[in-house]
Amino acid sequence: MLLNVQDLNVYYGAIHALQGISFNVNQGEIVTLIGANGAGKSTILRTVSGLLRPRRGAVSFKDQDITTMPAENIVRLGISHVPEGRKIFAPLTVQENLEMGAYTRADKAEIAQNLQRVFQSFSRLKERVNQLGGTLSGGEQQMLAVGRALMAKPTLLLLDEPSMGLSPILVEEIFRIIQEINQQGTSILLVEQNAFMALQVAHRAYVLETGRIVLEGNAAELQKHPKVRAAYLGDTE
Amino acid sequence: MQKANAAQQPSSNRRPGARLAWIGQGFLLLLAIMVVIILGRNLIDNPELFIQIIISGLQLGFVYALIALGYTMVYGIVKLINFAHGDVFMVGAFVSYYAVARFQLHVWPSAFFPDLDPLVTVTLGSLSVILLSMITCAALAITIERVAYKPLRDAPRIAALITAIGVSFFLEFFGALSFVFSPRFIPYQRPFDVVTWYIKDGIYLVEPGKAPPAGSITFSNILLIIAVASILVQVFLQFLVRKTKIGKAMRAVAFDKPTARLMGINVDAIITTTFAIGAAFAGLGGVLYAIAYSSIWSQLGILPGLKAFVAAVLGGIGSIPGAFIGALIMGQAESLTAGYISTPMRDAIAFTILILVLLVRPTGIFGEPEKEKA
Repeated sequence: MLLNVQDLNVYYGAIHALQGISFNVNQGEIVTLIGANGAGKSTILRTVSGLLRPRRGAVSFKDQDITTMPAENIVRLGISHVPEGRKIFAPLTVQENLEMGAYTRADKAEIAQNLQRVFQSFSRLKERVNQLGGTLSGGEQQMLAVGRALMAKPTLLLLDEPSMGLSPILVEEIFRIIQEINQQGTSILLVEQNAFMALQVAHRAYVLETGRIVLEGNAAELQKHPKVRAAYLGDTE
Repeated sequence: MQKANAAQQPSSNRRPGARLAWIGQGFLLLLAIMVVIILGRNLIDNPELFIQIIISGLQLGFVYALIALGYTMVYGIVKLINFAHGDVFMVGAFVSYYAVARFQLHVWPSAFFPDLDPLVTVTLGSLSVILLSMITCAALAITIERVAYKPLRDAPRIAALITAIGVSFFLEFFGALSFVFSPRFIPYQRPFDVVTWYIKDGIYLVEPGKAPPAGSITFSNILLIIAVASILVQVFLQFLVRKTKIGKAMRAVAFDKPTARLMGINVDAIITTTFAIGAAFAGLGGVLYAIAYSSIWSQLGILPGLKAFVAAVLGGIGSIPGAFIGALIMGQAESLTAGYISTPMRDAIAFTILILVLLVRPTGIFGEPEKEKA
């Protein structure tokens, strides 16, 4: 098991945002967490990557306990987090944003190689390499956010709403890229509101409702589950 | 009549105070024209005096630039006006005072290498004094940051600001204890001698003990050293912030701390480094200021500190080139006021500029409007 989350309880002040979440991600998998706004999907990712501290529960990665590890050290273990809203460094150029992604790495030759690979996957970024991050379009910023996370050479990629605010063509494109990244050996934990697309690319899925996991299973099976169809796939039957 | 109404329509939609800013801008323009006329007349009447005043303004401005950088860098990264910064500058001056007057650090090269060229000896000696001051100031700033500011990182900004004022008072009055620094002005012993030149149909050395001929322009090696140091620091910082990994990390941290952590950047270490760099340059400024004006006391840092702060605001706080330009303008404003109006007025002019900037263009010359946080 690559990532194992046990009985996670997170509070925002008095609000009990995560109420005993347990799930896991295996090597090579795409696992998706789906659920409505405010179900706690982003909170889970922020807790895994160390930005939030759980009050109870444990997170372990590659059999190492990372529950109380600072975010900057968790990156070094191989977890990259593409945050919600992309969070591009607006005053830095595209190139500098990507360099920040590789902040934890020292091998210059390998970083340069990695940079070329990112440019291969996202040719638009190469055209805009010296442009400021803040001047990119939403789709380009999303590509940059994913590219930046890949610069850390992660074993596990956390993606928070990568399709948010993108046009249908770009959504297709971004999900194609997610599958590509996964095929190259990176495990992915994907948080999505676009349940339809998420369930198509994922191997397994968990359904969240107000801080609890209410359903879990094979993505293809969940796609057929009546409750999922009714709540997330617009099935009105 | 209708036209006038139509023209007024959009203006009523503008934010309140827009008219006030407009009046301020008009007033400022008028003021600028007046200043230009007065300066122009003085320039024609007595060009030598005018240039002399500009030179002394440059010397001040370059020192202010060294201090202003620390204000602007720290503000850029933690949005804190570090009011203790001026006192770190004072500590820099005193460290060099002790190093030179008590411990004779500046003559160590001649003790170990008596055969060296005297110029090399003096340079090496003075550089070690400056370096010691810079390191001490950096260490002091790291301590201040860890003890006073870091615990307040998530507190409201006003808490850290008040703490900064507290730290500033602490340094000023702790420094006033007779066994620490000095509550009164004491003469400062320079690590090297002042050499003055005068310009009159060429550049000549002013012989020690002799006055330069009347109507000539004089300048000293101190001016040259301050100018070179200040410009080098500016170039160094531009290089650091634009080209190095740590500089890029500083900009990333300044923009978005949580996301910077997701990149693996140790945000606390970057903030501490920023404080240390700013303080080291304040220390350098302190030594150069003491060398230039040759007497020091424990409250030496207050006025230059505040003026450098005004310079940083004038240039656009958070902007490194802005701090430099702002400081040069402040130096000139102060020197011209002292030269043409009256010496005590020069402190008033600094704060007049602050008020005008805040009224007319609060973001300063290079500043961008602060983005609204959603």
